[in-house]
Amino acid sequence: MELTKLTACQAADKIRKKEISVPELTYAYLDKIIELNKKIGAYITVCGQEAEKQADIVQKKFDKNEELPLIAGIPAGINDNICTSGVLTSCGSRMLSNFVPPYDATVIKKLSQNHAVLLGKLNMDEFAMGSSNETSWYGQVKNPWDPERVPGGSGGGAAAAVASKMACFALGSDTGGSARLAASFCGVVGLRPTYGTVSRYGLVAFASSMDQAAPVTRDVADCAAVMNVIAGYDPLDSISRDSGYEDYTSFLENDVKGLKIGLPKEYFSGAVQKEVKEKVLDAAKVFESLGAEIEEISLPLFEYALPAYYIISSAEASSNLAQYDGIKYGYRAQQFEDLVDLYKKSRGEGFGEEVKRRILFGTYVLGAGNYDVFYNKALKVKRMIFEEYQNAYQKVDIILGPTAPSTAFKIGEKTVDPLDMYLIDAYTVPVNLAGLCAISLPCGFDSSGLPVGMQLIGKPYGEGTILRAAFTYEKNTGGNGGIDRGV
Amino acid sequence: MAITKEDIERLADLARLNLTPEEIEKLTGDMETIINYSMNKLNELNTDDVQPMEHVLPVRNVFREDICEQSFDREDILKNAPEKSEGCFLVPKVVE
Amino acid sequence: MEYEVVIGLEIHAELATKSKIYCGCTTEFGGEPNTHCCPGCIGMPGALPVLNKAVVEYAIKAGLATNCEISHYSRQDRKHYFYPDLAKAYQISQCEYPLCRNGYLEIEVNGEKKKIGITRIHIEEDAGKLIHDEYGRGTFVDYNRSGVPLIEIVTEPDMRSSAEVKAFFEKLKAILEYTAVSDCKMQEGSLRADINLSVRPKGQKEFGVRTEMKNLNSIRAIVRAVEFEAKRQILELEYGGVIERETRRWDDVKGESYSMRTKEEATDYRYMPDPDLYPIYVDQEWIEQIRATIPELPDDRKKRFISELGIPEYDASIITASKPLADFFEAAAKESKNAKAISNWVMGDLMKKLNDTGLEPSDIPFAPGNLARLVSLIDENVISGKIAKQVFDIMWETGEDPADIVEKKGLKVVTDTDAIRSVIIQVISANPKSVEDYKSGKTKAMGFLIGQIMRETKGKADPQAVNRLLKEELDKL
Repeated sequence: MELTKLTACQAADKIRKKEISVPELTYAYLDKIIELNKKIGAYITVCGQEAEKQADIVQKKFDKNEELPLIAGIPAGINDNICTSGVLTSCGSRMLSNFVPPYDATVIKKLSQNHAVLLGKLNMDEFAMGSSNETSWYGQVKNPWDPERVPGGSGGGAAAAVASKMACFALGSDTGGSARLAASFCGVVGLRPTYGTVSRYGLVAFASSMDQAAPVTRDVADCAAVMNVIAGYDPLDSISRDSGYEDYTSFLENDVKGLKIGLPKEYFSGAVQKEVKEKVLDAAKVFESLGAEIEEISLPLFEYALPAYYIISSAEASSNLAQYDGIKYGYRAQQFEDLVDLYKKSRGEGFGEEVKRRILFGTYVLGAGNYDVFYNKALKVKRMIFEEYQNAYQKVDIILGPTAPSTAFKIGEKTVDPLDMYLIDAYTVPVNLAGLCAISLPCGFDSSGLPVGMQLIGKPYGEGTILRAAFTYEKNTGGNGGIDRGV
Repeated sequence: MAITKEDIERLADLARLNLTPEEIEKLTGDMETIINYSMNKLNELNTDDVQPMEHVLPVRNVFREDICEQSFDREDILKNAPEKSEGCFLVPKVVE
Repeated sequence: MEYEVVIGLEIHAELATKSKIYCGCTTEFGGEPNTHCCPGCIGMPGALPVLNKAVVEYAIKAGLATNCEISHYSRQDRKHYFYPDLAKAYQISQCEYPLCRNGYLEIEVNGEKKKIGITRIHIEEDAGKLIHDEYGRGTFVDYNRSGVPLIEIVTEPDMRSSAEVKAFFEKLKAILEYTAVSDCKMQEGSLRADINLSVRPKGQKEFGVRTEMKNLNSIRAIVRAVEFEAKRQILELEYGGVIERETRRWDDVKGESYSMRTKEEATDYRYMPDPDLYPIYVDQEWIEQIRATIPELPDDRKKRFISELGIPEYDASIITASKPLADFFEAAAKESKNAKAISNWVMGDLMKKLNDTGLEPSDIPFAPGNLARLVSLIDENVISGKIAKQVFDIMWETGEDPADIVEKKGLKVVTDTDAIRSVIIQVISANPKSVEDYKSGKTKAMGFLIGQIMRETKGKADPQAVNRLLKEELDKL
């Protein structure tokens, strides 16, 4: 039995039945990493020794028959923009290529307290800015289904690692769709929690009003299990919700009878790959056959989410990245004339092109003469979009659509005109902008054998409903979207 | 709306980013595209009577109590410093 | 041409909270560099701010004590600029929606009362400290102060002279001390002022071009800077020159302001509402709770000192300008029951000692009761006023009880008439010329003789007795 093929829930079961041990499971993953990481490039840092040590410690607890959470002993990869004490946290950037945080992010503390085994840090678009993992200082991550194609981004490493079985699950991040998009391109599950559900403390800030850590898993059950660990109130994050947390695994029911699912007509009026549209509509039929009600809805503001998102996220990014100056930590230029030159050279050399593009755009939209026309206007459009979804959720329980307008594209295909790349995020960014939750899961393949992802969007704090719908879909379509194929 | 090289240079200066001439060239075109796209798109919407939405959650008054916590060890604070001396971060001489 | 000087102040006061504004690090002054820090203080990736409730309350308290309207809604914004002491490259402050607005303080200069408007008070975080290296290696950065909470108090350009500026600043300082919002230790940097100054021909409505001088940290420097800059601008205009809108550095040693000549295009701070922090809503109930904690303020205390303790207005003004001094005075006055005498001591000898030693009233090296008992010793004629000054000096050095000092040093007034008389007779016989002068009507000679007697008795003779007995003896001749 190939241990790396087990989902977290399956592995947890076998560990307790003493059929496998935590060290065995961990070595299997470490071996897989040795076998595949050079080809796929999912990991920036592998913590082999530390993982082996952790595995031994957890196994001893199991040996003593201690009651342990489901995630105990399960090997995971962590996005490299989540601070891990004593371990390089680079955010895929030259700017932080030597940064070792002296503290753990809250989500890491939670994973550690629950005895997950941390395998290493995952490659990503620089500072989480990108949709294809083509902007990382640490090189391109390849899509495990086709190494000439992108894995999606910004969390390409996370999705590629889970899909190619170099990690049982991953902790990614999702600001504009990063985790979901990559999950969609790689045929795995990615969940974007409602803003405020998962602590941002230790998650390196990109767009503060939208950043959240996000589970990337083999299937929906694993996703719920990881959510149980990482969700929760954190006094260190002012945005953190202080109540209303539930057991996410309690929603894993095979039942969508009476569930009202909205299908926005605007979703298919633009340029969508034919097969993506087909597979998503097929999924709608599956839901219908199981007793859900599919309703066509209209979201006329759909096309405005993208520009509003880019203005707001770039503005916040330009602010959050201003602190990288080569003084307190991080990359520092070698040659400079004076203080101002030190700033300019360190930042000019430390940041890549996409990051610089967004910093410039963000600086522009916050400028004295532009603030009203751009930033403030975008905040108004945000409210309009928020209200549009509020109204939509009066009529339906969840919204169904594609995660991306296409399947994984070829490396280099979209790097000439930045707008080409930004349009990939069209389906995912409205969720972040309006404070909703969403899950992306596989719903088929296109004729090239590339995974198609569908997205279920829930209202704020509606993770339960989307988990239930996703779980039901999975259960009735033969398992987890074909992860066994190919890689 | 046209964006010029000088605009980009000014922004880069404000954001303390050193750009090569090639970068300035490319970014000028990129920025013009992005700025015009986002501005034109959003201008299609009438937002006269809409209040800007800063936070999606209607939360207010999130505070902590005035209690002292243990600070980090200086060693940890300085560990990643590219240049340090006598317990401080070191920068080129700052001219007042 | 007569010119009018127009002055506005921007004052930064460090709040006397225990912990910083956005994290739990201590606000304690001093400490080895970078030992009061956490990832938030130094702008490390992933750190987040959480607002200290006491900061809001202290700011509201300061606002109420300065007659401000407290905003029901206020917001924290990021103010962006690059400087090594600003760890995150933005300062969390309040731009459009400050906590307090539209206040005022009433000052009195040369008997005339005037209201100085306070435009706004807002909360923000302090930056770290830059220490210049004498060996030229560069500049050191210490982030201990980064994140210490501040309130910024902005006045209307209502002041017209250095006297008004001084009066306003001292009044504000007193109020901040009274409400314990800040310890106002200017030498530690917990209270500093920026001066915005312009001049205009008398009668002109439009304001002239203003200059800014930043971070003055003593009242003396503020006064001198205002006077210098006003003169400089007037001279410049009189010679047909033009005032540049600029920031100037005040050099207190040289007593001059200098143009900073930095390539400063008007900095675009790109203010943005801080997405990491939720808005602050203050309701009337909270305001009243805070209002109830405001102690008697300087003006009211002054009125009470005048009416209840019967000291002159001038004394009351000076004493109540400093809370520690007023506390000291009141405790001493209550114990002594001779408030006027206490007031004289405070206004005279005590203030002189404070000025000479540079100590703050909070550091007076003896208890109020000591002063009270000193006054009692004089009132009960145990010692003379002159001797009391000696006792006071010793009390300052040692902190001992005055009665003990008198006992130890044997300073009691000598009232023994026989002893005095014998000294008097001695002095009379030793100074025949003075006696003759006195007899011939030169009353000054009496003073000389008294002086000699006091010298002989080492000042301990009871002056009244000396006077009486000397007269007796002289009349006998």
